[in-house]
Amino acid sequence: MVKRTVVGAHYGLRGWLAQRVSAVVMAVYALLFVLVLAAIGPVDYAAWRAMFASQAMKLATFVFFVSLFVHAWVGMRDILMDYAKPMSLRLALEALVVVLLLAWAGWALQILWSV
Amino acid sequence: MNHSHPKYLNLFEIRLPVPALVSILHRLSGLALFLFLPYLLWLLQASLSSPASFERYRAVLANPFAKLILIGLLWAFLHHLLAGLRFLALDLHWGTELAAARTSSRLVLIGALALTLVLGLWLW
Repeated sequence: MVKRTVVGAHYGLRGWLAQRVSAVVMAVYALLFVLVLAAIGPVDYAAWRAMFASQAMKLATFVFFVSLFVHAWVGMRDILMDYAKPMSLRLALEALVVVLLLAWAGWALQILWSV
Repeated sequence: MNHSHPKYLNLFEIRLPVPALVSILHRLSGLALFLFLPYLLWLLQASLSSPASFERYRAVLANPFAKLILIGLLWAFLHHLLAGLRFLALDLHWGTELAAARTSSRLVLIGALALTLVLGLWLW
């Protein structure tokens, strides 16, 4: 029988797969971002703001940020599983990471939709 | 079982093979990017909020210390990206032979440093 603990892994494929899918999404976004920047040319404030004013750019960047926060969660969880051995410490740090990522996700939304 | 084989765990004496170096740098660069996320979000916000905050953002970027941090983060991003693409290839069983794996890890290590140098000089 597998001994399941509250701060263990997801005991399966989910985290591993989410890590890879989110990585591919971010790589594609990074490539598109560089191409869009190259198409715009020299960036002043007006051009930079106009770039983020389009709905397509907002949604693409939103999907990028969601992928980033999911990716960061799996990565930080992996690090904590390797180095934070006492279960109480690991649980506390994992909770802290989740709270931070949620707060940063709200912040990212606010930044994107204030443009 | 008898565990009497020698253990040699002096971190300063262990010679990491190149793929292992790329792997631990992938982890460290990911951690650095996580820790600096609020800084990067703050910069994005400053760059987008208003013309005045855009000027403040440019002033921050003009600071050599901030430039060093951002170039460090640029390297972290590029290394994480390239090493990540390599791991995806390995997941698909591409380049898993020892020689190929060593070559690709060298390419990741040098490629990230070279790209950082080029982009860093251009951004500085």
